[in-house]
Amino acid sequence: MPDTAIAEAPAKAATGGNILQVRNLEAWYGESHILHGINFDVNAGEVVTLLGRNGAGKTTTLKSIMGIIGKRTGSVKFNNQDIIRATSDKIARMGIAFCPEERGIFSSLDVRENLMLPPVVRAGGLPLDQIFDLFPNLKERLNSQGTKLSGGEQQMLAIARILRTGANFLMLDEPTEGLAPVIIQQIGHTIARLKKEGFTILLVEQNFRFASTVADRYYVVEHGKIIDGFSNSELAANMDKLHTYLGV
Amino acid sequence: MRLAGDFQGTPKGPGAKSMQALYAQLLVGLINGSFYALLSLGLAVIFGMLNIINFAHGALYMMGAFVAYFLLNLGGINYWWALLLAPIIVGIFGMILERTMLQWLTGLDHLYGLLLTFGIALIVQGVFQNYFGSSGLPYAIPDQLKGGMNLGFMFLPVYRGWVVIFSLIVCLATWFLIEKTQLGANLRAATENPTLVRAFGINVPRMITLTYGLGVGLAALAGVLSAPINQVRPLMGADLIIVVFAVVVIGGMGSIMGSIITGFALGVIEGLTKYFYPEASNTVVFVLMVLVLLVKPTGLTGRAA
Repeated sequence: MPDTAIAEAPAKAATGGNILQVRNLEAWYGESHILHGINFDVNAGEVVTLLGRNGAGKTTTLKSIMGIIGKRTGSVKFNNQDIIRATSDKIARMGIAFCPEERGIFSSLDVRENLMLPPVVRAGGLPLDQIFDLFPNLKERLNSQGTKLSGGEQQMLAIARILRTGANFLMLDEPTEGLAPVIIQQIGHTIARLKKEGFTILLVEQNFRFASTVADRYYVVEHGKIIDGFSNSELAANMDKLHTYLGV
Repeated sequence: MRLAGDFQGTPKGPGAKSMQALYAQLLVGLINGSFYALLSLGLAVIFGMLNIINFAHGALYMMGAFVAYFLLNLGGINYWWALLLAPIIVGIFGMILERTMLQWLTGLDHLYGLLLTFGIALIVQGVFQNYFGSSGLPYAIPDQLKGGMNLGFMFLPVYRGWVVIFSLIVCLATWFLIEKTQLGANLRAATENPTLVRAFGINVPRMITLTYGLGVGLAALAGVLSAPINQVRPLMGADLIIVVFAVVVIGGMGSIMGSIITGFALGVIEGLTKYFYPEASNTVVFVLMVLVLLVKPTGLTGRAA
């Protein structure tokens, strides 16, 4: 099946309108050519997961959408507006929020300052009391140095701070990496709740079991390309293929 | 080092050592410390945000004094307006430097920034020296700050007291801005991870330019404060900048409070050395720098990378 067909076929199963459309996305780190023509779509209100082995290009895909990769070509349309040439601050102000793999908690800022750092880019962000309702731990640690939190708390902080901004398209890069099962479960509940509240989420995960509890659709990335895509209802039928792709 | 100390004189021998001379040297130390603090604060802010060792800082300090001189002699604009206008004018000059030259050094080794700013300093000083020579131009103390106060144990020239207090207020206000406000939090975060801060929707390049303008503005402000004490000379910054770099290294590169405290403390230590052992007064700061680097290479309040 051609790449663009992979991108479009499962998307038809979704209900919301198209919010993100990625076509022939290529990206480079210096001389290294990482993405070789990525194609996929995300519809409003969905949780879409990019699966793939280490180094397949999942994180680079998110970074390319966010505009923090130096050289990229192709087309990335967000709400029908091409953002491939936009700077990352402009992209953020259009309503895309990014939670990086390494969490990006600032050591020189306390929890409150970390939480308040991203500016509100549009109306509709979660108020602080609702954020503390989602992550009660953060309320108790507001004056602690950001990097003094546990791994799970740092991940919660990293997600919490982008919910304040009003961005309705969230890109979460491996939010469960290195976390205890009970925290992973809590992150899963949070993502499910955010989905219910109307957020659209593009998730990068290696933890396939976790992804299967929250995702509507999956794309498999390998060698900088989307090689397969299916919806959650097609998951059982694709399990063997998936095990081959992910090498598990 | 030709700073406020030269105007107070130094004790000539054990017989000349009196408490009054000690207090006088302490005051000189505090005044020098004020300039060290303002300048090293600007350097720390610039280094923290731009990762550039700004060797042009001394030249920009000198420009602050010259702008005050021009404002007074060409435009009839007095000292009080110069305190406001000179930092803005020199700050804008600094922002132009950042936009046209320094921004291209992002991601390169420190050496490039050091060489470029050193070159800028030489050009700026050379231009001023070409037109104004090396001798000092007089800048009068404003009428409101003339005279002195007898404190009982010493005579305090009002202008010098003003320099110390005003510098302290400006330093603490800058510290408050950086450590206690949202703008400062943005700045500190951008120092750590500019790419991510930008991906949150904050215009980091504009913030970098404004930060450089702020650091340069602080240098220019020190220049205006210094003009009535030290006269206005093209090389006034070149004389001072090496000591200021030692202050920044001792305090810890990029540390705001470290720069303020170290600036004032080293001024006082230098003043006391002038009293107790004048021969070492020009080297005491550097001896301390070596000792601090041996014991704590990141500086007294600096964080490890």
